[in-house]
This record gives sequence, C-alpha cells and structure tokens, in this order.
Amino acid sequence: MPAPENRVDEATVADVSTSGGALVPLRRPTQAEPPADPRRSDVDEWGRSENMRALARALYGPIYRNWFRAEWEGLEKIPREGGALLVANHAAAIPSDAPVIMHGIEEELGRPVYGLAEHLFKALPVVGTMWSRVGGVAAHPENAYRLLREQRQLVLVFPEGTKGTGKTYNERYHLRRFGRGGFIEIAMRAGVPIIPIAVVGAEESMPIAFKIPAIGKALGLPYFPVTYNQLLLGPLLGAVTYFPAKFRLRVLDPVSFDVPPDQERYSKSRIMDEAENIRVALQENLFDMLRRRQSVWFG
Amino acid sequence: MGRRVLVTGLNTFWGGRVAQTLEADPDVEMIVGLGVDEPTIELERTEYVRADQSYSILTRIVKATQVDTILHTFLVVDSTRMSGRQLHEINVIGTMNLLAAASAADSPVRTLVVKSSGLVYGSTYQDPAWWREEMTRTHPPKTRVERSLVEVEGYLRDFAEDNPHVCVTLLRFANVLGTDIETPITTALQLPLAPSILGFDPNLQFVHETDVVRSIEWVMQNQVPGVFNVAGDGKLPWSEVAAMCDKRTFPISPVLTGWAAAPLSALRIVDLPPELLDLLRYGRGIDNRRLKMTGFEYRYTSAGAVESFAEASRLRRTVGETRPSYRYERDVENFFRHSPAVVREPAP
Repeated sequence: MPAPENRVDEATVADVSTSGGALVPLRRPTQAEPPADPRRSDVDEWGRSENMRALARALYGPIYRNWFRAEWEGLEKIPREGGALLVANHAAAIPSDAPVIMHGIEEELGRPVYGLAEHLFKALPVVGTMWSRVGGVAAHPENAYRLLREQRQLVLVFPEGTKGTGKTYNERYHLRRFGRGGFIEIAMRAGVPIIPIAVVGAEESMPIAFKIPAIGKALGLPYFPVTYNQLLLGPLLGAVTYFPAKFRLRVLDPVSFDVPPDQERYSKSRIMDEAENIRVALQENLFDMLRRRQSVWFG
Repeated sequence: MGRRVLVTGLNTFWGGRVAQTLEADPDVEMIVGLGVDEPTIELERTEYVRADQSYSILTRIVKATQVDTILHTFLVVDSTRMSGRQLHEINVIGTMNLLAAASAADSPVRTLVVKSSGLVYGSTYQDPAWWREEMTRTHPPKTRVERSLVEVEGYLRDFAEDNPHVCVTLLRFANVLGTDIETPITTALQLPLAPSILGFDPNLQFVHETDVVRSIEWVMQNQVPGVFNVAGDGKLPWSEVAAMCDKRTFPISPVLTGWAAAPLSALRIVDLPPELLDLLRYGRGIDNRRLKMTGFEYRYTSAGAVESFAEASRLRRTVGETRPSYRYERDVENFFRHSPAVVREPAP
C-alpha cells in the first residue's frame, strides 16, 4: 500500500499558495529521521485491511468459483500499475457485482481495488465497518481523486448508483441514467483512463419482485425491496442467499480523455457526452452478451 | 530587537506550554501571559497578568506592552470542562475582544496565531476521508463548541481581511495525545475498558502535544499566513488505539448513543460529549501536507502520539504522577523577575 507522497522538496515549496497569501520558500532544517510509526494493524487510511481482505478472499473464493462461476473476458485491459477508474453496470437488491469484480481483479492482478459506495454505508453499524475493511470507500469526489491521482490505485464505481440496484426484475439489463457524469469528471481531473466492465449475471442473482416505498422511507433507505429469493426461500434466508446465476464479465477498451488533469472545471457538455458514450458502449455489450447467453444458470 | 509576545490562556495547558517554549527562544524578548487564573507550570521570565478577556483591559495591555505578536491559545475545544454559556463567552466573546484590541488604531500587533481545532470540519457519514484547509463542513455544526469555533474562524477571516499588514495564521489541530494532556479521550483510554460505539471502528488521527507547541512556534517564527491543519501522519482505527493502550473496548449502543452514554457522565466515569461520540462513529482525517510544505517536520505520527500516551500512562499506573506539582506564589515570582537583589543573565 503506497503511502501518499509526504515529503516535499524545496522546489515545490514555492509553488504552493494558500488562501491567506503566497508561501515563501523557507530554509529547510537538516532532514531529521522520519518519525517512528508504531502501527499494530494494517488498516490503511481508507479503512481497508489487506489481512481482512485476504480472509474475505479466502471465504469468498468458493462462492466466486463454484456458485457464480465467474468468467472474465479482456482482463488484460486492466493495467497492472497506475490509477484507473473501473466503471460497471449495477444490479441485485444487495449488489453481488461489486464483490465479484473486486475479488476477480485482486486474485488475477494481485493489486487492490477500492470500491466506491453510497455514503449511507458508513452510517450502518457493523456493515459499514466490514465494508470499509474489505476495500469500500465512501463515494466522495475528494476520496476518488486522492486514490486515483495521488495513490495510483484501481477504483471501482457504479455510476447508476442505487438506481441500478433498485431495478425490478422486468427492468433488468436496462442501464439507468449515469448520474450527472461525476465519474467522468473525476477521471479527467485525476488524469486516469476509465475502464468499463459489462457484467451479466448479477441481475438474476437477487432480482427484486417489488418494492415497499413506505418502509424504505421510514428506514431512510433508498429502496426497500422484496426479492424473489425471499419469496422462494423465506424472508430471512432469502435476504442473504443469491441465486446461482452464471457471471460473465467483459472488460471493454479503456477510455482516455485528452484533457489536462487538475483543472478547476471541465466542459459539462464534454462530460455528458463521454458519460453517454460509455453508457451506450456498456449497454451494447450487455445486449451482445445476452444474445450469446443460452442459460441464466449455465451461461 | 526581539519579538514581544502576548500569550492568552496562560493558566491553561496550552498557554503554559507555549510560554514555556517561548522562554527558551532567544529571539523572544518579552512574554506577557494573560490568564483568568494563576499559571500552573513554572515559568522563568513570562509576565503573568490576571485578566479576563474584556475589551478595555485587552486594549490597554496591548498598548502598554507594545506586543507585536499574539498567540491566541485560549480557545476551549473540550466542551466537558465548562458550561456551553461559559464556553461561548471565552471562545466567541473573548476572541472578538482580542481581535478588536489587536486591530485598534496604532496597534503594534503584526503577527497573530490562533489555535483552533479539527472540530470545525465536524464528523458525519458524508465527509471525505481527508479534509483540506479550503474545504467546508458538510453539515452545519450541532454542538456549541463546534458552533463557537466556526464563529471564531469567521471573525478571524474578517480580521485578516481588514488588517492586511498582520500575518494571521489559523491552526486546526487534530485530537491531541501525549504524555501530559488530559482530554475526554485520554480519560476514556484510562478506563478499564475503552468505550466504543457498537459496530463502528472509525479511523482517527492524532497529534502529539509536542508537535502542537512546536507548530505554534514554527508559524510564529516563519510568518506563514493562512489556514493550516496540524495532525500526525496516518490514521488508525479506534480499536487499534485501545489495543496500543492495552485496553479492550466496551461497546455503547449505536442507536440513542447520547442517552446510552449519559450514565457514564452522570457517574463521573467519562464524559463523552456529542462531538466525541460523532468522532467515535465516523472518525476524521485532516490533511497535514500544507503545513509540511512550509518546512515543518512532525516528530510524531498519529500512531506515535498514541504510543507516547500509552507509555506515559503505563508509567503513571506504576509510579503515580511523575511531574512535580507547582504552585504559583505571586511574591516569589515577582521577586525573581524584578528584585534588584537577583543576579540576572543579561537579556538575550
């Protein structure tokens, strides 16, 4: 886990200006030893712990291999180093796509993936903590920028957000609006490519039969679903059991933007165009994958 | 000619510490310490004035002593120490008067350093993992201490704008740990079980008390205007903090947490104010790189500050209080400072 660049040299000191006035380069004292850092756990600044992640991978491996039988196409398009923003379609009442993507890439490429998620996660006891230990980060633009630009990590984001996971079964594989294109702006600002990933299988792993808006509202949740899993397996077992849908994931060609990073603002129309291009590419690939799919369960 | 410095809150932990450090600085010609009570640590040459923060007194003191530098350390960030009304009086009214005195016509003040807190960023689930100085909090402040600090920073911005000839530095500190300081967090970590909130284990950031004093001295000496976060490198989960202090955690209910924590304060076990409960739920990280870019070097990381506190409290557990107690005797202090009978070193 590379630490953010902390030490600065004299040249950069002069470049920085603060709200209160320009900084002047100062005589730097002789470089002292860096202070000791007596850490005991490996929880990083984002709350991710590689040990916990390894444990999660060990537990999740059998589900990934034997239950979802995930198969990748084009995994080599994901860079082995440097920052990149992974963008995928989002589905299932409790999203099953994020763990599959994160597990697959970490196993195959051996590098961490940070998954951006709704802030609401952070407010949930136990779940929020577990989620952050296995690589979840609140989807704040500032967090994404730091991860991508300064720490050159892989970051996964679902631009549909809860609109994607809250789809009912009859709306499956129809991509929702890609927010306001915030993910494009972040990639531009961070100067990293966007790598779209089309996921087939998540939709059928925990499809929503219907939603109860009143309960969702009362609990402060974006939606309160009743899933087919629950109708079939009962309210409790059904809430935690996915159907064994076959997962296929296709990595599309990386999209790079020919704009300088670290700008204050980027053209809104360019952002919306790029977001729409990526949405269309994902949608077409999904339809293509579905055309080839013979069975929901066997692919 | 050396610097002439006014330190506020001389009787408090920070005022005393800062004055003590300044005494060792040969570039500081004279130190006046303002306090509502007697100093609690031994000082060599600081002149103590017992005064409240009222405007007329402050103006007279500034004028009479011709101080060119004010170090305003007397902002209360620990809301368990006093009532909300008192806190407002000290933080908001006190600062307002101080700024008014410093901006009076023909005021000699050219440097102003204010010790604020990371509390101004708040702590909610919608916050970024790291706060930079130019960012503003996501929710309006709920607690009195946060509100008062936000107000103080507002006054300070106005002051800096109206007085461009004054070098104004605002320092926002992370939670402080160290060998001597006492805060609700240190109290919590000295209980048999450290309180936590069930299901939450947020990343926290700390700064060592030495680095706090050093950073105040640093910005004063180097004249760096602006806002700076001051915090050790890195963050660590609360459970790890407790483990480093040889403690297990005791979980408090995540719902109605304020109610669940109330008996602890009623029984005088530990007072966990709302802003601290928020911190134990969501944590906070403040980006310390701007201050580093001015050349400041921290001696402790966040974990280092925790370790230092843990070692000091292990020692205290075994041998009791190690610092010699000190009582201020006005006559004795005046004798040493002003009596012709005392052979003094020539002024540095």
